[in-house]
Amino acid sequence: MSKMQIPLGPQHPALKEPENFMLVLDGEQIVDATVNLGYNHRGIEKAAENRNYIQDIYLIERVCGICSHSHVSCYIGAVEEIAKVEVPAIAKALRTIVAELERIHSHLLWLGVAAFELGYDTLFMYTWRDREQVLDCLELLSGNRVHYGMNTIGGVRRDITKEQVDEISKKIKYLKERTSYYVNVVTEEPTFLARTQNVGKLPKDVALELNAVGPTARASGVDIDVRRDEPYFIYDQLDWKVITYHTCDVFGRAVVRVLETIESYKMIEQILKAIPEGPISVKVPWKIPAGEAVFRYEAPRGEDIHYVKSNGTEYPERVKVRAPTLSNFQSLPYCLKQGYLADAVITIAAIDPCMSCTDRAVVYDINKGERKTFDQEELRKYSIEFYKKKGISFK
Amino acid sequence: MDAIIPLLYIAVFPGFIFLGVYALLMQWVDRKLSAVMQNRVGPPIYQPLADFIKLISKEVVIPENADVILFKSLPYVAMASIITSIFMIPIWDGKALVSFEGDIMVVMYLLIIPTVTFFLAGWSSTSPYSTIGSMRVMTQLFGYEVPLFMSFAGCAILAGSWSISGIAAYFSANPWFILLNLPGFIAALLAAEGKLERVPFDTPHAKNELVGGQFTEYSGRLLAIFLLSIDMEMIVLAAFISAVFLGGLGSFTGLAGFILFIIKTFFVCFILILFKALMARVRVDQMLKFSWKWLVPVSALQILIDILLKVNI
Repeated sequence: MSKMQIPLGPQHPALKEPENFMLVLDGEQIVDATVNLGYNHRGIEKAAENRNYIQDIYLIERVCGICSHSHVSCYIGAVEEIAKVEVPAIAKALRTIVAELERIHSHLLWLGVAAFELGYDTLFMYTWRDREQVLDCLELLSGNRVHYGMNTIGGVRRDITKEQVDEISKKIKYLKERTSYYVNVVTEEPTFLARTQNVGKLPKDVALELNAVGPTARASGVDIDVRRDEPYFIYDQLDWKVITYHTCDVFGRAVVRVLETIESYKMIEQILKAIPEGPISVKVPWKIPAGEAVFRYEAPRGEDIHYVKSNGTEYPERVKVRAPTLSNFQSLPYCLKQGYLADAVITIAAIDPCMSCTDRAVVYDINKGERKTFDQEELRKYSIEFYKKKGISFK
Repeated sequence: MDAIIPLLYIAVFPGFIFLGVYALLMQWVDRKLSAVMQNRVGPPIYQPLADFIKLISKEVVIPENADVILFKSLPYVAMASIITSIFMIPIWDGKALVSFEGDIMVVMYLLIIPTVTFFLAGWSSTSPYSTIGSMRVMTQLFGYEVPLFMSFAGCAILAGSWSISGIAAYFSANPWFILLNLPGFIAALLAAEGKLERVPFDTPHAKNELVGGQFTEYSGRLLAIFLLSIDMEMIVLAAFISAVFLGGLGSFTGLAGFILFIIKTFFVCFILILFKALMARVRVDQMLKFSWKWLVPVSALQILIDILLKVNI
C-alpha cells in the first residue's frame, strides 16, 4: 500500500483548539509528521504595547484559559522586578495558593482529556467532576472560576478569611482521597497501561536537545523545575519535591502529572496552616522606571517566560511571551514519528498543548503553497499598505 | 390473508418495527446506564428516537468520487441482513419462526454482512479517514470472528444440534451445562464487543483518531439507517448469545416466553455496557493480539471441554 497523507486538524474531534498536524502514514504506522502553527494567533503581544501596565494584567490573563494565573504572575513578576517592588509576604502566600490550585485544576483537566483521547469516558467524567472542587476553591478565593483576577502589581486584590481556609482545607482533603484513587487507575488499569506504555518515546538526551519543559521533560528523567531551581513566591520555604519519572513515554507523563497534584496538595496545606498577617498589597506608581526584566515561572505545562521592557512611561515598550507549549512542540514530531496513527492523538495530548498560548502568525499562500514569516519592519510596512488600500492613511 | 402474515412478520414483529423500537430502547439503556456509571444524568427516554428523526431529516451528501449506487444501497443491505437473522432466533416460543439444522451457520454468515458493508462503505467513500477506518474494520474482523465462531461451535457440538432452537432446547433441559460453557460465553461476549465495534474495540470509528471512521462521509438518512442497524445488531447478537449460551426460553411460550427473552437480552446487553464503561479503547494491533492470545485459546478449550463431555455422557 502506498503512503498516505492524513491531516489531523485544524478541525478534528481530538483537538480542542485549531492546529494542524500533517501525518504521513504507511498503513497504520506514522513515518513522518509536521506541526503547523498559525491558526489561533491573536496579537496579544502587540496589543499589550497599547495598554498601560494595569490594563495589561487583564489582557495577559487572557493569553490562556487554564494557566491564566501563571501568565499574569509571570508578567507581574517581571514588572515588579523593573519597578523594584517588595511584595508583602501574605500576597506571596496567596499567589502560591492560587498557583498550586491552578496546577491541580490543570492536571486533573489533562487527565480527563487524556482519558477521553483513549476512549476511556468513565475516567474522563470522574476527573472532571472532581475538578469542579478545585474550581470552587478558586471561586471562593478570588470570585472567579477561570480568569481569577487575583493579581495586581504589588500584591493581590483579595484577602483570605478564616472560613475560606477551612472550606479549602476540607476540599483539598476530599481531592487528596480522589487523587490517590486516580494514581491507582493510572498505574494499574490494563487498557490504560496498554495504550500509554512505550508510546511517544522521548529519551532524556533528545528531550534536552529539543528543549522539552515541564512534565514532558520530567517524565523523561530531566530534573528541572523553576520552582526549585530559581524560587519565586514562597516555594523555597515549603517542603515538597520535584517529581521525575524514567519511562520517557506517555505513561510517565501521566504519572508525573498525577503525582505532582499530590505535591500541590501538600504545599497548599502547609501554606494554609501559617498564613502571614499584614496588608495584601503595596502601592506601585503608574509609571514604571525604564528597564527590562525576564521572569521564569513554572506553569502547569512547563516553564513560562515573560520578557518586559519598559521605557519610563505607563505603557510597556515590549512584552514577549514564551509559553511552555511552544517549547514542547519541538519534541512532538520526534514523538509522533515512531508510533501508530492510533497513538498520535494521545501523544499530542501528552504534552498538554495549549495552542492559544503558543500561536505565532504565519502567512500561508494557498495558490503557491508557500509559508512566510514577517519580521517587525516588514509587518509594519504591510499593515500601512493594507490600510492605505482601504483609504486610511497614516502620516 | 396468508400473504399478509409473512409481511407482518417482516415489517412489524419480530421484524423492522419491533427490532427498531427495541434497538432504540436499548440504545437509551446503554446511554443512561453508562451515564449513571459515569456519574452523569444521561438522556431522557425519547432521546434516541429524537436523534434518529433528526438525522433522517438532514441532507444526504454524497462524495464526488464515490460509487453512488453502492454508497446509497449499503445501509439497507446491512439492515436487511440483520432483520433476516432475527427470524432464526427464538423470541416468544422455544422454536424460532424459521428453524432448520444449520441455521446457526446462516445467522453467523448473515451477521458478517453488516461488517462487510461497513468496510465497503468506508472504501467507497474514498476519503483518507474512511479508508483507514474500513481497513481497521477488516483487520478487526480477523480478530473476533474466529473466537466467536468457535465458542458457538462448542455449544453446538455439546448439544449435538446445529440449529439455534435445538441448542436452546438442549441447554434448558440440562441447565448445569450452562456453567461449563462459561469460558466460551465470556469469549463470545468479548468477541461480540469487537463485532459491534464498541469500546474497548471501537478502533474503526474511534472519533478521536478517525473522526467518523468508515462513516465519515455518510450523513442524513443513510447514516441514520447505518446507526440504527448497529443498534439492531446489538439486539440480535444479544438474543443470539442468550439463545445459544443461556438456554433460550425453555418451556415458556407466549407472553412469558417473550418476557424471558427481554430479560435475557437485557442481561447480555448489560454486560456489554459494563465492558464499555470499564475500559479504554485499545489499538487495533493490540486487539488482534488479545483475541489470538486469549480469546481463541479459551474458545478452543471450550470446544475441547464440550467434546470430552459429549464423549462421556
